[in-house]
Amino acid sequence: MSIINKTATEQLALLQSREITSVALTQAYLDRINQVDPAVGAFLRVESDTALTQAAEVDRKREAGESLGKLAGLPIAIKDILCTQNTPTTCGSKMLENFVPPYNATVVEKLFSADAVILGRTNMDEFAMGSSTENSAYHPTQNPWDTSRIPGGSSGGAAACIAADMAPLSIGTDTGGSIRQPAALCGCVGLKPTYGRVSRYGLIAFASSLDQIGPLARTVEDTALLMEVLAGHDSLDSTSVDTPVPPYSETVHQPLQNLRLGVVEQHFGKGIDPEIEGAVKQAIATYQSLGATIKNLEMPHADYGIATYYIIAPCEASSNLARYDGAHYGYRADQAEVAAELAEDGSDEGPLVRMYRKTRSEGFGSEVQRRIMLGTYALSEGYYDAFYLKALKVRRLIRQDYDNAFEQVDLIIGPVTANPAFVKGEKTSDPMTMYLEDLYTVTANLAGVAGISLPCGLTKNGLPIGLQLQAAAFQEEKLLRAAQMFQHATDFHLRRPELL
Amino acid sequence: MSLTRQDVEKVALLAKLKFDDDQLDRMTDHMIQIVEYVEKLSELNTQDVEPMAHALDIYNALAEDEPRPGLTREAALGNAPKSDEEYFRVPAVLGE
Amino acid sequence: MNETPYEIVIGLEVHVQLKTNTKLFCRCSTKFGNPPNTQTCPVCLGLPGALPVMNKKAYFLGMKTALALNCSIPKFTKWDRKNYFYPDLPKGYQTSQFDLPMSEEGYLDIKSTNDEFEPRRVRIIRAHLEEDAGKSIHDEAAGKGDSRIDLNRTGTPLLEIVSYPDMRNAAEAKTYMQELRLLLTYLDVSDCNMQEGSLRCDANVNLHIPADNGVIATPIVEIKNMNSFRSVERGIAYEAKRQYNVWQETGKVLGELPKQTRGWDDSAQVTRAQREKEESADYRYFPCPDLVPVIVTDQQIEEVGRDIGELPAALRERLETEFGLTTYTSDVIVNQGRGLVDYFLELAEASGDNKLAGNWVQGEVLRILNEQEISIDTFKLSAAQLAEMLKLIQSGDLDSSKAKDVLAVMLDSGKSAAEIVKELGIEKVDEGDLEDLCKMLVERNPRVVDDVRGGNEKAVGALIGQAKKENPNVNPGQVRQICLNIINDI
Ligand SMILES: [Mg+2]
Ligand SMILES: [Zn+2]
Repeated sequence: MSIINKTATEQLALLQSREITSVALTQAYLDRINQVDPAVGAFLRVESDTALTQAAEVDRKREAGESLGKLAGLPIAIKDILCTQNTPTTCGSKMLENFVPPYNATVVEKLFSADAVILGRTNMDEFAMGSSTENSAYHPTQNPWDTSRIPGGSSGGAAACIAADMAPLSIGTDTGGSIRQPAALCGCVGLKPTYGRVSRYGLIAFASSLDQIGPLARTVEDTALLMEVLAGHDSLDSTSVDTPVPPYSETVHQPLQNLRLGVVEQHFGKGIDPEIEGAVKQAIATYQSLGATIKNLEMPHADYGIATYYIIAPCEASSNLARYDGAHYGYRADQAEVAAELAEDGSDEGPLVRMYRKTRSEGFGSEVQRRIMLGTYALSEGYYDAFYLKALKVRRLIRQDYDNAFEQVDLIIGPVTANPAFVKGEKTSDPMTMYLEDLYTVTANLAGVAGISLPCGLTKNGLPIGLQLQAAAFQEEKLLRAAQMFQHATDFHLRRPELL
Repeated sequence: MSLTRQDVEKVALLAKLKFDDDQLDRMTDHMIQIVEYVEKLSELNTQDVEPMAHALDIYNALAEDEPRPGLTREAALGNAPKSDEEYFRVPAVLGE
Repeated sequence: MNETPYEIVIGLEVHVQLKTNTKLFCRCSTKFGNPPNTQTCPVCLGLPGALPVMNKKAYFLGMKTALALNCSIPKFTKWDRKNYFYPDLPKGYQTSQFDLPMSEEGYLDIKSTNDEFEPRRVRIIRAHLEEDAGKSIHDEAAGKGDSRIDLNRTGTPLLEIVSYPDMRNAAEAKTYMQELRLLLTYLDVSDCNMQEGSLRCDANVNLHIPADNGVIATPIVEIKNMNSFRSVERGIAYEAKRQYNVWQETGKVLGELPKQTRGWDDSAQVTRAQREKEESADYRYFPCPDLVPVIVTDQQIEEVGRDIGELPAALRERLETEFGLTTYTSDVIVNQGRGLVDYFLELAEASGDNKLAGNWVQGEVLRILNEQEISIDTFKLSAAQLAEMLKLIQSGDLDSSKAKDVLAVMLDSGKSAAEIVKELGIEKVDEGDLEDLCKMLVERNPRVVDDVRGGNEKAVGALIGQAKKENPNVNPGQVRQICLNIINDI
């Protein structure tokens, strides 16, 4: 068994006992990336040199007996959405092709002080808008289980690199399901923390009231390890919450007694793939065998999640992405072309406005433009009440559904997606079908609660199936402990794609 | 509410985007489709429901008025598509 | 006073830069005048991923001002985004307050110092917090070449104070601005430096023109860029005439034209139409998801209220009723700011003569301050020192005209009034001696006597000159009166 087939927790133990060095571990992953990433395309940039330098520094510190962080020497891949000082950060967009942030995201700072080794930046749908990683301005990412299929998105690179053993840990972001859905489709674990649990400072915003950074890993244990580092209050993020961070990596092994699980009827409605339904129901049975009780839940507004989400998220995005106008950073349309265009069409809008429009039309991909358009429309005069305000009210109803649910149960259990990974290109022409990918995941973002995706089976075609657990705000510990109970009893998480 | 090509063009102006004819057709089609879908929210009676703009009820995140070092001018202008030693440079607002 | 065939209706939106060390949503310095783009950070540059955190001081300075403007403070307030594209606005939106501002419904009373208008209560709709934009420097040859952008000012905290359209002429608008500035100075919430842009004013102006079937209202015009009290007055006056002419030509009334924005051109003394930003007029306000609401308690509001201190209107009233000053004197002193008021209060207390203290502060002290272009804080003479001199005046040991000379020497030398009086040889002249002196002079100058008796009272001035030569300590007024009495008795 190669070192890269071990879990992060196991690797950490080997690093601590000095049975391996961080340089050796990092090199093993860099070799693996070299070997398989041409077929997967999980990475946008591999930072071999800086990774090996960081690894050598951790090894030196360990050798010198200096104090080390919680992830000392462990390689990690980062979704290309977290600003890192003096390191290109593109957000999967042509708009930020040459953008080099002059500052670090809080989470990046945390990883540095945990002595993690950053392997590189993973691919994503442009500005995290998408569910297939086909919207990257650079290249698509393939699902390691079947490279003709999508890995999910927007954190497709983050999930694919775990599935293909190109990194033991990775960081994703989840606005409507962007961690949990790719984790499910790639057969790994992905946690979307409670809104406010992890600082968003330095996370390039898509929809600020929904975005949340979270860990992806092969096992729940590893996920808990990384979560412990990511979580915590940050005075630079006004929406970050100041509540203590439990020692997730320690408590994750404690099974929950008298676990009450809720099942939402709508999760098994029409449209769900029978194999997925079967695997999830089997998982529910597994929990029952572990002593959990099951309760059917009424969540009457669950079916309105997508509609609510596709108003709120584009509205916020239309404003968040207004800053990309070519004035202060990022892509700018060619000045001579702007002048030529203006001369040709005789418009009086002036070189500045035309520069804005040309920059944004050339710099953004079509999905991003679509969402900006939708949000601009929904916020505009005469439509605000019918769309945006209405969506905020339905959001409250969805949250109330959750509040009611969590009065009755500890966790909600259900599928992550209705279908396994689809074939590339299958849904690109029809935005609505793509949007429905997030049917089971968006409500957690709208309500701000935590959710985790973990492997619970494979289809006949050998595609991963995800199980979703959701918990009330700041109940990540419960979520991780329950997820660990399942992994302890099953071996779905140990299966690997036959890649190369 | 049915969305027309003209509406979409107006929105594009607000959003500072620019489409050619084909793009405008496609955008109009897609937006009509999506707007039709999201209009299902009108089925719900939300008369007495408090809007929810934030995921959590957090209040009073206030910082003390104490200066902290920011960026050097070099760093501030470092990503500018166009600048001189002192300023960001952008095309003139009005044109000749 | 208002002889125009119309009434001007004016509402003002005043932007006040609050006196904080750091910006509204980041901790960059707010210092004025540093080299361009040296006071920025990821937040105020609007860099991807950067997030705002509200400045606590700015919020409470805003509340203090709002309370002083008699506004109510809602317990819950939130921040909204106003979306528009402009290169001095790097995020593509201004963070401001839309439907739930931090304060609402107050007023400011204004009155004219020279009877230009009747006292008026100008109601205030709201005062809310928002961030300032940066500075765009456009090439003189508009459209040629680039605009240069400096983001040092981006994110500086502003309090926008919006009045109802309660003012009816340009003088009222100017006085409102002056009174507001004075209030802000007393509150110490802003530098109020109009040249540096820390107090800026936009005016919404239209006309009500009496007609047979009621009143005709002209379309509302927003005048921007009025950077001094004088330009507020002139800009509005100009705009009123312009609107009247336009109405006479076109007959267009309110509702038939969209609200227009015009800029005041101070050098040409005209307002000019600003380019219609039709496509930007829809600001798509929505709650800022990156900032959380503020909730305050009654106790906090009370605490801030206690910190306000005595405000100009109340002080004027007190100086008149409690200290017996004239309206004019109390206005002059109070309008100079809290420093001069404190000086007066100290002087009144130490001298024991309120009126005398008031007259000296309003007169000679203020004259010297203006002449030396200094404020009372750097005035060399303490109130106690000056009080000593006032006491000499009260006792009759020093007359007012000599006192001015004494004051000048006090300022130069730092010596006490008593010392200087002695040094200058100023002595009180015995009244009997003075009578004798005057009698002698009248006898010695028969021509003067003839002139005076012939009706030319001014001729007696020659005797005063001679009297001063005989005894420099004589009081000229007294000499004049005694001589006239003697001549008339002849
Ligand atoms: Mg404003
Ligand atoms: Zn700043």
